[in-house]
Amino acid sequence: MTKQSRRTFLDWLLRGGLTAWFASIIYPVFKYMIPPDAPELNISQIEAGTLSDFPKGSSKIIRMGRTPVIVLRKKKGDFKALEATCTHLDCTVQFKTDTEQIWCACHNGFYDVEGRNISGPPPRPLGQFNVTLKDDKVIITKKDLA
Amino acid sequence: MSNIYQWINERLELDDAIKFAKKKRVPVFYGTVWYYLGGVSLFLFAIQLVTGILLVLYYQPGAETAFESVKFIVSKVEFGWLIREIHSWSANLFILFVFFHMFTVFFAKAYRKPREMTWITGMLLLVLGLAFGFSGYLLPWNELAYFATKVGSDIAGAIPWVGEFMLRVLRAGDEVTGATLTRFYGIHIAILPGIFTILLVMHLMMVQFQGMSVPPEIEKIPEKDRKTIPFFPDFVLRDFMIWLIVLNVIALLAVFFPWELGQKADALAPAPAGIRPEWYFMFMFQTLKMIPAHVLFLEGELVGVMFFAIGGLIWFFVPFLDKKAHVGIRSRFWTWFGIFLVVYIIVLTIWGYLV
Repeated sequence: MTKQSRRTFLDWLLRGGLTAWFASIIYPVFKYMIPPDAPELNISQIEAGTLSDFPKGSSKIIRMGRTPVIVLRKKKGDFKALEATCTHLDCTVQFKTDTEQIWCACHNGFYDVEGRNISGPPPRPLGQFNVTLKDDKVIITKKDLA
Repeated sequence: MSNIYQWINERLELDDAIKFAKKKRVPVFYGTVWYYLGGVSLFLFAIQLVTGILLVLYYQPGAETAFESVKFIVSKVEFGWLIREIHSWSANLFILFVFFHMFTVFFAKAYRKPREMTWITGMLLLVLGLAFGFSGYLLPWNELAYFATKVGSDIAGAIPWVGEFMLRVLRAGDEVTGATLTRFYGIHIAILPGIFTILLVMHLMMVQFQGMSVPPEIEKIPEKDRKTIPFFPDFVLRDFMIWLIVLNVIALLAVFFPWELGQKADALAPAPAGIRPEWYFMFMFQTLKMIPAHVLFLEGELVGVMFFAIGGLIWFFVPFLDKKAHVGIRSRFWTWFGIFLVVYIIVLTIWGYLV
């Protein structure tokens, strides 16, 4: 082994060592900044209130696990439950009783009362939930479980 | 007094610094006024630092305490309202002056060789300034800020490949919660000031070493025929005078045009009408509002993010793209590009407030 190649070898060893040392500091810091996964509460059914909480043409936002759900009662009296998070940029939507539409105030997105995106920037319809009435209780269940 | 000066001078060589400052000359021409814009930005940052430190003494991050502590500061603490108002007003003016500073630098072609790095550090400082604004906006934990943060972080989530990761790191989870607030607080008062200070020192050192840039047409005049004033004390004193005016304007704004605290954020409340980000994000907000749900096969949101990312990158690397500027020629293309950008920002911002 020549003197030069020994020096080159030592140079690389030093560089590699420094890089590894640097990485060993950066890696834990980097990993630390990523929040750990919070387990999703496996709630499949929730009571939104009683019939008297929902006069015709009214709405209420409840939370099913981590998902906000908008429960609305149409003017005709039937219920609808939809995911309350706008599919555009994550704002919480609201029910406009006068036009019976769902509106997102952030970027002026509109959905019809069935949750279909009808105007503005929302790219997808709102997620659906089932509504059942048990005695006078309004029960919301996840669609796939109904 | 002279003994104290002598004592420090023997250790820190103050004479050399003063000699350097006296030797440095500032060009006098139609654009000399532009030179004050960077200094005003620096002064506004200093105000931020002082008022920010004062606010930290009472502010309590956390979903249950943040809004209440800001309310406490503005209603119970003596001069608390003044400190908060000055912090908010100088933050907004800081961004405004940084924009003025950036565009005058752009149109004067001051980014050309050998000042490319000054432009790059300046752009990084602007990005950090906007990050300061974005993170600080959430801290009072009011309704407007809550939804602005939801939207802003969701936009980050739309970035291809790294979006999901960015969103979780920003929000400290999947949702905007008290954990997000604590994280934003840490970013706002520790991480950003640390990085900002390093970049600011680099930026200022480059300005000092390279001296003031003059537009290409002034550069063509022989040096002996150009009018100049000494940096110290002439220019520095003018700087101080402008800073004093700025401070007075901020005090007036703080007293007569206070920033509303609004309603406390509620995760279960729908986004209120009239929701909007800080004015300096308005042009982006309005653009996102106008882009349809789908553009060809892409989601509108992604198109918007890509549009701004590409535009931002071009702007960032202008010193390397504008080849003509290096040889002292004004490129029409880049001048029009800058004019388009200014008009775009102004029109979309006004539009955003009108609708």
